[in-house]
Amino acid sequence: MALAKRIIPCLDVKNGRVVKGVQFVDIRDAGNPVDVARRYDEEGADEITFLDITASSDDRETIAHVVEEVANEVFIPLTVGGGIRSVDDVRRMLNAGADKVAINTAAVFNPEFVREASDKVGSQCIVVAIDAKQVSAQGEALRWEIFTHGGRKPTGLDAIEWAKKMVDYGAGEILLTSMDRDGTKIGFDLPLTRAISEAVSVPVIASGGVGKLDHLADGVTEGLADAVLAASIFHFAEYTIQQAKQHMAARGIEMRL
Amino acid sequence: MSSTVAVVDYGMGNLRSVSKALEHVVSANQRVLVSSNRDEIADAERIVFPGQGAARDCMAQLKELKLDEVVLQAASEKPFLGVCMGMQVLMAHSEENQGVDCMNLYAGDVRAFADEALHAQMQHLKIPHMGWNNVSHRRAHPLWQGIDDNKRFYFVHSYYVDPENEAIIAGATDYGIEFVSAIANKNVFAAQFHPEKSASDGLQLLRNFCRWNGGI
Repeated sequence: MALAKRIIPCLDVKNGRVVKGVQFVDIRDAGNPVDVARRYDEEGADEITFLDITASSDDRETIAHVVEEVANEVFIPLTVGGGIRSVDDVRRMLNAGADKVAINTAAVFNPEFVREASDKVGSQCIVVAIDAKQVSAQGEALRWEIFTHGGRKPTGLDAIEWAKKMVDYGAGEILLTSMDRDGTKIGFDLPLTRAISEAVSVPVIASGGVGKLDHLADGVTEGLADAVLAASIFHFAEYTIQQAKQHMAARGIEMRL
Repeated sequence: MSSTVAVVDYGMGNLRSVSKALEHVVSANQRVLVSSNRDEIADAERIVFPGQGAARDCMAQLKELKLDEVVLQAASEKPFLGVCMGMQVLMAHSEENQGVDCMNLYAGDVRAFADEALHAQMQHLKIPHMGWNNVSHRRAHPLWQGIDDNKRFYFVHSYYVDPENEAIIAGATDYGIEFVSAIANKNVFAAQFHPEKSASDGLQLLRNFCRWNGGI
């Protein structure tokens, strides 16, 4: 018996609704966040992550209400990301009922924010979200770079070095998304996941590209991920969380069944 | 007559999830009160003592708010549930923050996982120990009622308690090493895991606590 690998369904929330797009376009409606979260909890999700993809900051309060409603009836860990820019934003989400907040773009522009936030609320509450894209040409040694703005803007930051730095600054967990794979359903970027997981001491959540259950298992066995995150395969009822867990357990992975 | 379950608020972490989970399981005649008021804590029938963050900050806050004595008093006389850091600070001393003296209700230290994890590097064990792990019951206890042995609970921590008196060990968990994940002594029960985040088994433990009279 040992620590179980986690399955984390991710709810992209826009204007109070769960949505899912492919590589940030073609957005489809996937339901009311509270109903979706309750269903995932009943199916045995180990955690739930909300990513607020609301375009305008005027609507930021919406996500706090969503978290509040879900936290009132779902008793598993909740993470909220998207648009977290200040310690006040962090506190607002924790007070609404989030257990962790994911910091992404703001960390790139102001790494000290990660240090400040983890000092104030503890590393266990701070997830740093990393969006990485392969930048090495074919035949070159693999190299990944951090991108912002939904994968459109390169930063010049090496993904592995950045992950290590964020852990030094107090990240308690890394949420790693491959921008090459996100929405493609062809599987995680396993070399990227493995490289980051081996480089840092904190847990790594693999994200981006899950299309079938073997992809989740591969993320753990080959990518060495501590948790796997997926959205569309669960939202559109292709698979239940329980099916995913059974499948991973059958592949010899420690799961909470 | 209504009976109060007080959640001790000493500014260390967000108590919303603890209070929401308790509200979900209390009896009709019980109310949940999040409080940093000594009199309210002293008057409550049951005490939940949570905590998050660093040991040094927790101890400093308890002293600053003058809550250490009322918490110790509660631990000596009424149903008392420590959670996570609220379990660790019951020990004599913690290795965290270059060493911190704690409340000394129980002899023993709070130790870091770091060395063991290094040792177990082949297993790629990460710190913090974060996620769902098995809790094996080391003794019968009213708070385990309705919870099977070795069920999984949600953990997030980098330190663990190492009590000198093995008789107080109520549960153990394996993470590279075996560590004490629950202790119980008279009217006190304390857990390293988060029952408020551990789905139905966690709620069951909280429900048991809300109905426990503090006896064995």
